Amino acid sequence: MKKMLSDSIVALKPSGIRKFFDIVSEMEDAVSLGVGEPDFDTPWHIRDEGIYSLEKGRTFYTSNAGLIELRDEICRYLKRKHGVTYDSKSEVLITVGGSEAIDIGLRAVINPGDEVLIPQPSFVSYEPCAIMAGGVPVIIELKEEDEFRLTAQELEAAITDRTKVLVLPFPNNPTGAIMERKDLEAIAEVIRKHDILVMSDEIYGELTYKDKHVSIVEMEGMRERTILINGFSKAYAMTGWRLGYVCGPKEIIAQMTKIHQFAIMCAPTTSQYAAVEALKNGDDDVREMCTAYNQRRRYLMNAFREMKLECFEPFGAFYVFPCIKEFGMTSEEFANRFLEEEKVAVVPGTAFGDCGEGYLRISYAYSLDNLKLAIGKLAHFVEKLRAEKR
Amino acid sequence: MREELLAIVERNSRIDLKELAVILGVEEIDVVNELAALEAEGIICGYHTMIDWEKTSIEKVSALIEVRVTPQRGQGFDNIAERIYKYPEVTSVYLISGGYDLLVTLEGKSLKEISGFVSDKLSTLDSVLSTATHFILKKYKDHGTILAKQYEDTREKVTP
Repeated sequence: MKKMLSDSIVALKPSGIRKFFDIVSEMEDAVSLGVGEPDFDTPWHIRDEGIYSLEKGRTFYTSNAGLIELRDEICRYLKRKHGVTYDSKSEVLITVGGSEAIDIGLRAVINPGDEVLIPQPSFVSYEPCAIMAGGVPVIIELKEEDEFRLTAQELEAAITDRTKVLVLPFPNNPTGAIMERKDLEAIAEVIRKHDILVMSDEIYGELTYKDKHVSIVEMEGMRERTILINGFSKAYAMTGWRLGYVCGPKEIIAQMTKIHQFAIMCAPTTSQYAAVEALKNGDDDVREMCTAYNQRRRYLMNAFREMKLECFEPFGAFYVFPCIKEFGMTSEEFANRFLEEEKVAVVPGTAFGDCGEGYLRISYAYSLDNLKLAIGKLAHFVEKLRAEKR
Repeated sequence: MREELLAIVERNSRIDLKELAVILGVEEIDVVNELAALEAEGIICGYHTMIDWEKTSIEKVSALIEVRVTPQRGQGFDNIAERIYKYPEVTSVYLISGGYDLLVTLEGKSLKEISGFVSDKLSTLDSVLSTATHFILKKYKDHGTILAKQYEDTREKVTP
């Protein structure tokens, strides 16, 4: 065979996380703060519903768009949370995690050469998915002085005639940044003015520690131009169930459903039945987990203050994003040495975009005892580095 | 803060006060005052330790006893409950709806000691109509804590 592989896929940069994962997995006794998923088990009543659906023999495909019961529950949930109405029959699609929704959402709206605005640091998938969809990723570098929020000025400056869609990844992985109502209002104004689409990835929407999460679809005129992505992984600790969903204008959802139908067929049936139970009876679980995350978040912020490590206070997701510029090394050097010398894994900020340089992502999806152990080692390491510099 | 504080100390009463203040996002003095108030109001009634006696070489037997009683005029079940809970080997007494009246849990050194208590002390009380004793064979979960298994983190070490 002359040429086995696709040039455009070969040209894709592999995920920076992957590289680090390989190093960490070599090390048997490493303590990790590098995980992007909850430490809680899926609440038992949700798992039980999944098991029950298997016992009853519900092992067939569902419709392409997903169980109508589940789509109905999602619409009720969105109405309850954001006061926005979606039609369960034509404006909701159940996907294999939020990840699938990102992929097919971009594929459904991008024409060759269309520009996709991607604020970074952010989740690793947006950029490659935009490229695979034939789009041109345009990175907006978020700044710590803005608490890693997207400002209207930054957005305005990045928009060109070719701009098609803005990816809005808040609450944010890896920074933990959130967008409050006033921030979103300013963004929405620019979006309306330039008539572009928004892909709002709100997978961490249940995990905020200031006010309730506000969605861009609550802003005037935004519902009809927003692809709203959410899912069950983070809120209900259901990462392995691979279940997400997307809501939006029926024209877009219809095209996404077409791709989904050819590429995926339908999301896992067992997971869909479990998710119905999650939405019906899972509010208390979410609240409990959120309270626990918040306690850990406060613990970490206090620990950083005590070791005088600079870190803006994040109010969402389950990550903190401390700044390590004082040590005069790159994020990757820091992460590698920290792993080697203290056996603790954190993810270099650069795994989430070049502008993550000088930062680390530390996850607090760990028990307090685990965090204490790892943070003790971080304090020790930081002292060591400061002594070296002196 | 009260509800969150109670939820934390219910699981871990030995938590350091400073740490408690940090994770609740309040001052240490506020935690101290709140705990004192909760104790004074009788909301926090004690700080106990969970022990899995199975893992020690000390013999212990526990039992649940269903007790049917005749309520007394003007007193209801309170009098008889008090007569039962005053025995130190009785670890809890609940008034129960349904087929019987009181659920008594009991801890003793041996089967014999427990059966002795039931036959000599409990059944002979005037208002006790009948008893049914269930010995506990194994504790899987107690006070919200799973005794049977240790938590193990099976997640991949680094994920996006």
